[in-house]
Amino acid sequence: MLCEQCGERPATVHYTEIVQGNKNEFHMCEVCASQKGQAAYQALAGAFSVNQLLSGLLHFDSTVAPRSDAPAPRCEHCGLTFAQFVKIGQFGCEHCYETFTEQLGPLLKRVQSSDHHTGKIPKRRGGAMTLRRELNQLRKELQVSVMEERFEEAAQLRDRIRGLEQHLHVEKQQEE
Amino acid sequence: MSLSDFLSQASSKWLRDEGPESDIVISSRVRIARNLVGHVFPMIATESDKQAVLDEVERAVKQPQVEQLGRFELLKMGSLSPVEQAVLVEKHLVSPTLLESSGSAVILRDDEEMGVMVNEEDHLRLQCLLPGYQLDAAYGLAERLDDALEETLNYSFDETRGYLTACPTNVGTGMRASVMVHLPALVLTGSIQRILSAVTHVGLVVRGIYGEGTDALGNLFQISNQITLGQSEQEILSNLHGVAKQIIDHERVARQHLLLQNKDPIEDRVCRSFGILAYARQIDSKEAMQRISDVRLGIDLGIIKGVSANILKELMVATQPGFLQTYYEHEMTPGERDVKRASMIRERLRMDQV
Ligand SMILES: [Zn+2]
Ligand SMILES: [Zn+2]
Ligand SMILES: [Zn+2]
Repeated sequence: MLCEQCGERPATVHYTEIVQGNKNEFHMCEVCASQKGQAAYQALAGAFSVNQLLSGLLHFDSTVAPRSDAPAPRCEHCGLTFAQFVKIGQFGCEHCYETFTEQLGPLLKRVQSSDHHTGKIPKRRGGAMTLRRELNQLRKELQVSVMEERFEEAAQLRDRIRGLEQHLHVEKQQEE
Repeated sequence: MSLSDFLSQASSKWLRDEGPESDIVISSRVRIARNLVGHVFPMIATESDKQAVLDEVERAVKQPQVEQLGRFELLKMGSLSPVEQAVLVEKHLVSPTLLESSGSAVILRDDEEMGVMVNEEDHLRLQCLLPGYQLDAAYGLAERLDDALEETLNYSFDETRGYLTACPTNVGTGMRASVMVHLPALVLTGSIQRILSAVTHVGLVVRGIYGEGTDALGNLFQISNQITLGQSEQEILSNLHGVAKQIIDHERVARQHLLLQNKDPIEDRVCRSFGILAYARQIDSKEAMQRISDVRLGIDLGIIKGVSANILKELMVATQPGFLQTYYEHEMTPGERDVKRASMIRERLRMDQV
């Protein structure tokens, strides 16, 4: 069966929606299903508080995710299934973030401002991560300065980048 | 024991001291969620898992880096009476969730401005709570405690997702910063609804501290960040600052407006409430909160003199069930509490009239 929305990808998500007593069946691909989820969420968003919001989203997703043809994953470290996560709204262990990373991505984009951490990094254990973040920042600055033809500044940035790369290399060797 | 001795002994520093902007901002709080590598989260943890986490945290607190920050004491929830537990919640030092979780504890600094809940929803919930408007100072303290603990604890952290938490609504910074504000004039002038819905558009939430939404008891609201991932701690704090400042300004303008345009009704309302608090023989907590809020507004507007402004903070906590039963040293039925609540409020008002 093809997705009834786009008619291109195979329909892997099947769910039923009951609105004011009228039953509607949907057969869609993952892409269209998640877009539909987005629209439904936006219509309801105003009425929810944070916690209701999350469990509401999860329960909406529950009509989508578990009935998809792909088998739902289970965390091998703590045994939590995605269905359980949906019911409780909490993970069982830190590894659940990897296990359910696919399901989590769209959810985080909806409840959070992005799916990427830009805040604090642990001081003692985060040395290499802090360096990598600084390195990325410097590389962006380098690009801008080259584009704007500020070559003296670019040369300085290149030196700093080289220095950091060496530092990072040493950190890596120490970690190993 | 006299009420004033009781209040000064039983209350935390944030309840006794005044802080910046304390005509409107009651307190500032920063909470940070952290978890330890190699342990499942408390929700599915066994008693021995939880004990192992507690042992690790206890060892970390005894390290010199943490001891530099002050004297800490560990309280296991299981070894406290229900009344003692209630008092901790009423002082905003622990969450109600901590009481529900078995094997949970709180580690408190002696001034109670700083603490760590252990085995709540996450392994650790660091908290700093300061009087008045001191968000940056509260974050500063929380960060020092966080760094000191991280010297020996291995936090669950992922380069892309940040600090990993039991609930994905906290992942990233794991931080919830909030200010508790008293907004009687915005409620009286009816502008609160507009403000409540406006802040949700910038990633913040406003909630009633007691009661919900605009029915907030005592006109006390908490403004906090909703987003924890994709913004740095500094961005979250400056967002909150921006919005809190505007709300404070709006409240000040609304108070002046009330005084200019509605002087008689406002004076009547404030003085009636004062009269009721001074003479009532029984009062439920809902009415008490409303009357105390009115009196505090009256103090701020200069209508009531000779009563200390701190009365709102003291009484909103001291008239709660746990505190009442601690002060009168016995368990009470709700009806009995209404009688004792009225009596405590009368006594508190007499304290100022020397
Ligand atoms: Zn499709
Ligand atoms: Zn897991
Ligand atoms: Zn949660």
